[in-house]
Amino acid sequence: MSRTLSAPVTVAFDYTRSVGPVLGRFLTGLRDGRLVGARLADGRVACPPPEFDPVSHQAPTEFVDLAGTGTVTSWTWVSEPVAGQPFDRPFAFALITLDGADTPLLHAVDVSSADEISTGMRVRPRWGAERAGVITDLVFEPDSGTAAPASAPTGTDDVTGIITPISLDYTYAASPEESAFYRGLAEGRILGQRCPKCQKVYVPPRPACPTDGVPTSEEVELSDTGTVTTFCIVNVPFLGQRIAPPYVSAYILLDGADIALQHLILDIPVEEIRMGLRVKAVWKPREEWGTTIENISHFAPTGEPDADYDTYKHHL
Amino acid sequence: MAKKPAAVIGVGQTHHRAKREDVSMAGLCREAMDRALADAGMTLDEIDAIVVGKAPDLFEGVMMPELYLAEALGAAGKPLLRVHTAGSVGGSTAIVASSLVQSGVHKKVLTVAFEKQSESNAMWALSVPVPFVMPVHAGAGGYFAPHVRSYIRRSGAPTHIGAIVAAKDRTNALKNPYAHLREERTVDMVLASQMLWDPIRYEETCPSSDGACALVIVDEDVAKSSPNPAWIHGTVMRSEPTTAAERDQVNPQAGRDAAAALWKQAGITSPIDEIDAAEVYVPFSWFEPMWLENLGFAAEGEGWKLTEAGETAMTGRIPFNASGGVLSSNPIGASGMLRFAEAALQVRGAAGEHQVDGARKALGHAYGGGSQFFAMWVVGAEKPTN
Repeated sequence: MSRTLSAPVTVAFDYTRSVGPVLGRFLTGLRDGRLVGARLADGRVACPPPEFDPVSHQAPTEFVDLAGTGTVTSWTWVSEPVAGQPFDRPFAFALITLDGADTPLLHAVDVSSADEISTGMRVRPRWGAERAGVITDLVFEPDSGTAAPASAPTGTDDVTGIITPISLDYTYAASPEESAFYRGLAEGRILGQRCPKCQKVYVPPRPACPTDGVPTSEEVELSDTGTVTTFCIVNVPFLGQRIAPPYVSAYILLDGADIALQHLILDIPVEEIRMGLRVKAVWKPREEWGTTIENISHFAPTGEPDADYDTYKHHL
Repeated sequence: MAKKPAAVIGVGQTHHRAKREDVSMAGLCREAMDRALADAGMTLDEIDAIVVGKAPDLFEGVMMPELYLAEALGAAGKPLLRVHTAGSVGGSTAIVASSLVQSGVHKKVLTVAFEKQSESNAMWALSVPVPFVMPVHAGAGGYFAPHVRSYIRRSGAPTHIGAIVAAKDRTNALKNPYAHLREERTVDMVLASQMLWDPIRYEETCPSSDGACALVIVDEDVAKSSPNPAWIHGTVMRSEPTTAAERDQVNPQAGRDAAAALWKQAGITSPIDEIDAAEVYVPFSWFEPMWLENLGFAAEGEGWKLTEAGETAMTGRIPFNASGGVLSSNPIGASGMLRFAEAALQVRGAAGEHQVDGARKALGHAYGGGSQFFAMWVVGAEKPTN
């Protein structure tokens, strides 16, 4: 058995990117089937245009329509394409200096083997039929004979933004100390650990005590009853939320622990929840248990008198 | 080793809005930078180094945006540093920039901080579920609301204090042409608004903004060219662990230590008497009384009494957030620098309609993470004597 537990995490969002007037001009060109460059302060033409001129620091104002054909100035072969790349088969990424431009554009060239591309090769754009004003509206191909012209644009408004979907897949690894805690939960036990220096009992245990920097070590089995130190009532819905609002997110100081744990409070009207309330873990049916704090469905009142303020005020 | 004197001679900020769809991140930064440079009477070519700050990259989904921004920020051929300390980053970025001048490394440093919150959703970005952990997290409001409840319990403050702060800051923002929310609010209107994260109401919460702020910080020689430099009298940063056993979440040690060190550096013995204007990071209204205490303007448990008595209003003993503060504009990465910038504007006599009469010394303050990062400075109309 591995010392540590791990689980997959995906962090994904469709970012809405506003592009500003200069890149907007370039992207509007792509949508219309044109490659647009800008003249820089030193007289050179750059495509794509920089938002701010590297020499004058001003936004470019003179835009130039380019023919679209160009010359490969350098390239690399992508033998194993990954998700999100322009092709699902091997292809070349190339720096292409467009005719009439002085700076290279990075783009994909559709050739079937590395033998079919070389520095100095002439290329031309191949436009997509449905164009959205994004860099993937075109790819490049060897310039041999007459190119098919771009189809009519599908929109007329200037492009002011793009949507950039980003998705990152991680493997989250819990520390060895936390892993012991989650494995304890799988047996219905709450296992804290004591810091060998400050003697505080941490739940979950820590790979480094925040005060002393050493791993917590001595195992301390904790009660599943405790005291609500403080809490908030979450009324606001938001993207990615796992529990439907309203719900009470509480800090619960388990008996025998020196730090509170965050969990849900249920089985009591929200307006009756208070600081000092004594609560007990309500466990899910054993067959639903895993190595997670979610084995505890929620905490519910024990019916005992409230804890005295002095017993928990130093945890606020 | 003694620090060299340094001063702010240029301040710039954007018009902060929910969505600045007219500009890119680079354009947003340049809007603030170009205003700061114009204020300083300087061009980008004259700047020695650039220091950029912003909050977590997940907010815009661009990893290390300083790499792609370098050219647009005019940093080609110059040192470019990026700073990150969560919500306090605007403050710590200004401090890193000032230290480059105070150490004698550079004479003219431009610093810029930004956030373009409209490119994603900060609640989502701050609440990504972690495996094995109970998914009760609900953004910054969900994080801070229990600690606000703790403050109310510990101090015995009446429950309308938060509404007083919100109504004051929102009304102050009417005098700030750059503010995002510019709508008059009364205490009753705030109290009538929805509870989002009980005990925090909708109108007691900062907005989500796009915006940027920039400063030009220079040495003593260059500052001679300015009619009204804001001299830096002290800068302090402190941090602490977020989740230590028995950590004081209401009155964090790092904040208290930072304030004590700041007042000592600036030669201030009675902050409430010697600071004329304070721009303090208050993203949820209750943090005004909490930080009044943490910063030493009031004894522990007494901060709310200053708020209730109107002493934090523009005409009070210790005006807090005459600009409208974070409650009126919150481009997260820039929010801390805006506090530092507004403090500088106050002592330069350049705050316009929200100028505190006769302000000579001002505090800029920022905090971030789970109240674990603090950054603050004192600026003054006179060159420091120490």
